[in-house]
Amino acid sequence: MDETLDLSTFVERSAAGTARMILAVDGVGCAGCIRKIESGLTKLPGVIDARLNFTQRRLAVDWRDNEIDAAQIVKALEDIGYRAHPFAPERVEADENRQAKWLLKCLAVAGFAAMNVMLLSISVWSGNVSDMTPETRDLFHWLSALVALPAAAYAGQPFFQSALRALRAHELNMDVPISVGVVLALGLSVFETASHAAHAYFDSAIMLLFFLLCGRYLEQAMRRKTRLFAGNLASLKAEFAHRLDANDELTGLPVSALQPGDRVLVRPGELIPVDGTIIGGSSEIDESLVTGETMHRAVGAGTTVYAGSINVSGALTVQVTAAGAGTLVEEVERLLQKATEAKSRTVRLADRAARLYAPVVHAAAALTAIGWLIAGASLHDSIVTAIAVLIITCPCAIALAIPAVQVVAAGQLFRSSVILNCGDAIERLAEVDTIIFDKTGTLTLPDSAVEESSIDPDMLERAARLALSSHHPLAAALARRARERVPYPGAVEEPGQGVGAVIDGTEARLGSAKFCGLADAELHAAARDSEASTIAFAYAGRTAIIPIRQALRPDAVAVTEALMARGLDLIVLSGDRPAAVGPVARRLGIRQWLASLTPAEKIAVIELLKSQGRRILMVGDGLNDAPALAAAHASLSPITAAHLTQAHADALFLGDRLAPVLSAVIVTRRARSLMKQNLALAVIYNGLAVPIAVAGFVTPLIAALAMSGSSILVTLNALRARLAMRVEPSNDSVLVSSASAPADEPRTRQVRALASASVELAR
Amino acid sequence: MNVLIYLVPMALMLGLTGLAGFLWTLKSGQYDDLDGAAIRILPDDDIKT
Repeated sequence: MDETLDLSTFVERSAAGTARMILAVDGVGCAGCIRKIESGLTKLPGVIDARLNFTQRRLAVDWRDNEIDAAQIVKALEDIGYRAHPFAPERVEADENRQAKWLLKCLAVAGFAAMNVMLLSISVWSGNVSDMTPETRDLFHWLSALVALPAAAYAGQPFFQSALRALRAHELNMDVPISVGVVLALGLSVFETASHAAHAYFDSAIMLLFFLLCGRYLEQAMRRKTRLFAGNLASLKAEFAHRLDANDELTGLPVSALQPGDRVLVRPGELIPVDGTIIGGSSEIDESLVTGETMHRAVGAGTTVYAGSINVSGALTVQVTAAGAGTLVEEVERLLQKATEAKSRTVRLADRAARLYAPVVHAAAALTAIGWLIAGASLHDSIVTAIAVLIITCPCAIALAIPAVQVVAAGQLFRSSVILNCGDAIERLAEVDTIIFDKTGTLTLPDSAVEESSIDPDMLERAARLALSSHHPLAAALARRARERVPYPGAVEEPGQGVGAVIDGTEARLGSAKFCGLADAELHAAARDSEASTIAFAYAGRTAIIPIRQALRPDAVAVTEALMARGLDLIVLSGDRPAAVGPVARRLGIRQWLASLTPAEKIAVIELLKSQGRRILMVGDGLNDAPALAAAHASLSPITAAHLTQAHADALFLGDRLAPVLSAVIVTRRARSLMKQNLALAVIYNGLAVPIAVAGFVTPLIAALAMSGSSILVTLNALRARLAMRVEPSNDSVLVSSASAPADEPRTRQVRALASASVELAR
Repeated sequence: MNVLIYLVPMALMLGLTGLAGFLWTLKSGQYDDLDGAAIRILPDDDIKT
């Protein structure tokens, strides 16, 4: 069946007959790639321009609409050797890019003003101790005001807006004391200038803004980088669906372009791209990504299926339903909503510091004014001293203390293949004391693999090469083993049964036991080992049973041991059968495990553990894990996870290894201790500076020195994190001796009993 | 001190020119692909031999 490819949802058309498309490109790594891609595409007739953004790994192509189409361009890229997929920019990303540009503009304005005001201020400071006339000093102060006031009004917007938002919501954040400090410093300076005083604080106010904007920009850049990367991964992963048109013609189009009511053809071995109802055909489907259950389910007309399931045996026609109409999805969404509401109540470290900080500082300033009045100072002097207290305690260092560490830690996590979804995830990941793993796709690899066995290597190679001609998912696992990656000529697939071919003049068959003529042998093997699926292979009178099972991630044992050695409690909660979960947990030495859990039961267990005061990290990938991820204190997902699940994870990890989970724990714990150190440094600085300010000894020079000094100190301490957070997983696995864990049955039973009890209560 | 009458405006003008320059580079997208710019100067394909 021939099909056309429809990419029109990604193409932006202009009135002049030109079209533009952005593509995420995979595998760009060197200078040569840029030229290869750009010149390769511009050579095509009709292509006007192709420009690769190397930082973003994205390609913008402009072409004349009537000469070439989007599908041909993607095909041309594939011929050059690069996998590319059209990219639909998300609104969030566009917003963040605009925000980044705005912050950079504010930073530039603040930087310009800080430098020029400092130029004038240093003249005044040196003039004050030499021969400057009061008239010249006033002129310099007015010039400073001329530069500083408009600059602060522009560059301070990010802080003023955020402070206003917080105040309107009757809350306090760090931006409130910052805004108060800046506004008072500027106001006082104007007043002092007008009354011909010797001191003005224009430089302090504007420098404060400059330092804070640096921190804001860095924090934002970190978020933008991870979002960009995740966006590229998502569009490269995007699946194509085969849509059946009214007259049963096939059109290939991206899944995101499907509408409810469309009919989609799913061939054997393909992923079901959307939630829907089967209206034609019957088959078995593998729902391990959705529910964690590894046993295949038989489906037919009328059955509801979920995106992410794999169609195993027969072709299916699926009618797309709107998301949320299916029972499982509905249930998951309802649970998600509840769990997310609960989570938004956790308070970030920075906000907690702000809530303590602002009242203390403002009270100190008020007490200073009252104290000086009682001591007999004039009203003017008392207020000037009180404002000096506010200026010197303006939380520059505190506001930098956390973002600076976040940026460094996020970079470190990025290098260990962990992509953060949100900045405060670092704090929550660091507080974790219990880790709950899902089994299927999390502890095990998302794809099944051939079990190492005693099968003759020659037979296995022939079987693997024959499997290249099959679409069956089990055959795909076997086919990965083939050393020679060329299918046998003349191989014929019999749908639902197997593949046959003639190899070196002898017939070979691969598939179900019946197809290969050995029903009894397979039954025997299946009875011995209920976990593994099997494929039979017959060739030249010899037969073999090839067991295929979900393999553990290669470093799973070492990682779980290292995690336990760090005092973390590990638990496995799976939607799969007990017979499949038990052996995995035992091999990893995890004593507490529960199987056959529904999403609601998973949450119940998490809630129960939370009520015991535990902080839980949930690691899971299935659609059924999404509510549990949202309910847990922190959450991680492999990049292969279902879309909804990824959206609710605090961070994603890449690759086949489980090591990123360990790195995430190590890096975030160190990051958190550095954050606390930084906050302590900022508090010490204030402890030293406040008495000086209260006593009335603060001059603008001292304020400027103290403020930049503390900011630089805090930033340097955060950069130290780069050294402190270098992760060496190899050391961890060496340090840990292999612990043998006896089954802890009573404990497991206890957890189960409590879990089911709380589920009952929830109903 | 009369020298200040033209020195100070000059200093401010220079600063503003720098700021305007930066805002122009930002607007014309010169920071959109920092890694690419570093790599694009390497190939010699603009030299006709």
